[in-house]
Amino acid sequence: MATFRLNVNGSQKTVDVDPSTPLLWVLREELKLTGTKYGCGISACGACTVHVGGIATRSCVVPVELVGERPIVTIEAIGNDPVGRAVQNAWIEKDVVQCGYCQSGQIMSAVALLKDTKKPTDKNIEESMGGNLCRCATYVRIREAIKRASQQLG
Amino acid sequence: MQSTLKRENDLTLNRRSFLQVTTAATGGLLVSLYLPRVTSAQQPSPPKVYPPDAFIHIATDGKIKITVNRLEFGQGVQTSLPMVLADELDADWSQVTADLAPAADVYKDPLFGMQMVGGSGSIAHSFQQYRELGAKTRAMLVAAATDRWQVAPTQCRTENSIVYGPGNRSARYAELANDAARKPLPDKVQLKSASEFRIIGKPVKRLDSPAKCDGSQKFGLDLDLPGMKIAVVAHPPVFGAKVKTVDDRDARALPGVRDVFEIPLEKGTGVAVVADRFWTAKQARDLLKIDWDLTGVERADTAELLAKYKQLATTTGNVAVTRGDEKAMDRIPQTNSIVAEYEFPYLAHAPMEPLNATVKFEGDKAEAWVPSQFQTMDQMIIAQVLGVKPDQVTFHTEFAGGGFGRRATTDSHVPKEAALIAKRFRDTPIKLIWTREDDVRGGYYRPMHAHRIEIGIGADGLPSAWRHVIVGQSLLAGTPFAMMIKNGVDETAVEGTADTSYNIPNFHVSVHHPTVNVPVLWWRSVGHTHNAFVMETLVDELATRAKLDPIAYRRKLLKTDAKKLHSVLDLLDQKSAWRKNLAGGRAVGISCHESFETAVACAVEVSIENKRPRIHRATVAVNCGLAVNPLSVESQFQGGLGFGVIQLMAHGAITLKDGRVEQRNFDGYTPAYIMDAPMTVDVHIVPSTEAPTGCGEPPVPVISPAVVNALAKLTGKRYRTLPLVSV
Repeated sequence: MATFRLNVNGSQKTVDVDPSTPLLWVLREELKLTGTKYGCGISACGACTVHVGGIATRSCVVPVELVGERPIVTIEAIGNDPVGRAVQNAWIEKDVVQCGYCQSGQIMSAVALLKDTKKPTDKNIEESMGGNLCRCATYVRIREAIKRASQQLG
Repeated sequence: MQSTLKRENDLTLNRRSFLQVTTAATGGLLVSLYLPRVTSAQQPSPPKVYPPDAFIHIATDGKIKITVNRLEFGQGVQTSLPMVLADELDADWSQVTADLAPAADVYKDPLFGMQMVGGSGSIAHSFQQYRELGAKTRAMLVAAATDRWQVAPTQCRTENSIVYGPGNRSARYAELANDAARKPLPDKVQLKSASEFRIIGKPVKRLDSPAKCDGSQKFGLDLDLPGMKIAVVAHPPVFGAKVKTVDDRDARALPGVRDVFEIPLEKGTGVAVVADRFWTAKQARDLLKIDWDLTGVERADTAELLAKYKQLATTTGNVAVTRGDEKAMDRIPQTNSIVAEYEFPYLAHAPMEPLNATVKFEGDKAEAWVPSQFQTMDQMIIAQVLGVKPDQVTFHTEFAGGGFGRRATTDSHVPKEAALIAKRFRDTPIKLIWTREDDVRGGYYRPMHAHRIEIGIGADGLPSAWRHVIVGQSLLAGTPFAMMIKNGVDETAVEGTADTSYNIPNFHVSVHHPTVNVPVLWWRSVGHTHNAFVMETLVDELATRAKLDPIAYRRKLLKTDAKKLHSVLDLLDQKSAWRKNLAGGRAVGISCHESFETAVACAVEVSIENKRPRIHRATVAVNCGLAVNPLSVESQFQGGLGFGVIQLMAHGAITLKDGRVEQRNFDGYTPAYIMDAPMTVDVHIVPSTEAPTGCGEPPVPVISPAVVNALAKLTGKRYRTLPLVSV
């Protein structure tokens, strides 16, 4: 066990865990931020996507000891960001979700895409969202919502 | 509403009686069917009266909470059933919220007699029930107002949670609710005519959408209770193997591990690890050194099974249907016939939220939190394990991250594992988590199948003889539903073929059900997954041979009374004008299929990119009776098509070698990602006021045959082996 100081959603948190613990389980079990989901544990589904230092990251394969001081943003706080808010609004407007379990990860990936590429093409969307699995296959509306958010952000 | 009632009476008799009879046979499970048609004419059973207070709560601030008697796992029922009730109630929709019902008799499916989601029945079976609940509650609110004003009910009308009376009188539901609760429940109420609907039939956004976009929606896996411990189980590497010895010293040495012990499983035994945290439990499990006893355990091998299945398919099986002359086929010259062999792999459901169940045992009672499609059964089995009565298990239905049938098991094996572990930890909530590896390797798959079909073609280009053999494990054998297997035929293996609406004069379908040591389970759309693929690719091949348009050919071959299928083919024809104007390198594929009483026709535009099918577009026509929430119907079809694409994925298969599953996670078993699913899907609904039918499963069967029908045009090849390893 070791103590780690983490910058999560703008505040400093201290956790006492095994250094190999993936960031995902620190968020979910120590910090009770359960919006970030466990889907596969091998970075193959994207349900656990959070932003670490501004980069969309699969938190299920990042040991907490490697996070350091880089700020972490999760689905619970992404609405404080203008792009994040626009993406959430577009998701609601397009009624994207079905079971909803993967959608935290989808939204976090979409926000990262739109921060990087203001007017994404279908190809950009497929490249950025290509690792986010949705078993309900809400993909058609995910595409629409990303384009809608892009339009709203101008 | 007479037509609706009558329609419900006629609903899928087999499936219904199946649950009626068999749930009784499991012992202890109370079977009650609420609709008047159930018993014989001599003993009319009165309809069960549903107490509105179990379903509706009108608060003094005007909020209306509606309780949904179903699991919400993506299908949108947590919005659609409240819409139905709120419409008859004349409620202000903006004030409506919804929650999921715990396990209780009053929440059982009115037709199936158990609390469940399955068979695409949520709306189909509860539409009438929720309308009546809304209308009765409305009548009670009106009665409270007429008492207050001393006027007749006919002088009142209702709208947006307000009762209006003569002379500018009005009262909000919230202020009438307490008085209304003391009014007698009316026996009969007048339901609205379709033209009076204000919410039903309108596109309404999901109630759970905001919470699913900001991370606040809790699923079963997110449960966090005081003192809770996490459990994982080491399952045997071969189904049915038993623990011979276990060395758990390293596992127990990890800080935070609370216990390690052997538990019985449905097949074989396993080792449970209980810890304070998931990561500790998982690490501890990885440290276990288990010697497994494989004595007498059949080691399934899919390559061997396939050879056996293909051999079996050359012989006649148990007859599912026979029409005309079985020997007609033998008189048709080879030049006018097709012989086709198909192969389908095992498929895992792999819902996004891994399987889980939380149980707390308190000696004379228990509490359970389960994302469950089968609440009645799960509650009963937890009770059995803990030695209490089912009603002593408070059973919470948790939101589920998908399911597709996987959370509807007849043995309730996941909640059962949780209960077995919780029994050792009195007064401690135990959250059992199946890792993704447990899920992918854990069985309960869509069964593997082989089909062999001989078709004789008449002078008109239509099939005059059709002899069809299906080989695959029975879903029902060995379950409490086994008595539904009639003359050796499990209906769930032949549905979509044996009951085809194509008019084939000499038609013979038989089935073999080998016994294999691999647990199998219904997978979204069940037998239709493989049967629709076979039927729709063969009919397409026949249309090509006859040099006819694939839509025109299907219309010609369909029975005239297949009204729903004709209606969707007509609508598809109108809505897919793009078919006539394709870019180079692209082709159109068509399919149509009816399942769960909903008819679907589909056109897809496909090209080949990197040796894989690229689905540029899909146009779908649907006849699901009255579409309660067209926005939700559209979602189910857009998503259901994408879900069905797994059949075409290069790694869309579970295989076994020497009894061991060869895949472990999404790296080896790969469902459709965004680039694999159709890029756009436009959904067109046939206008209808007939009783609503299901939309959860019917989208799935049509997509894979439509795509390979398009591929056949591009390559000239026929695709009869799934997964689609190469194009």
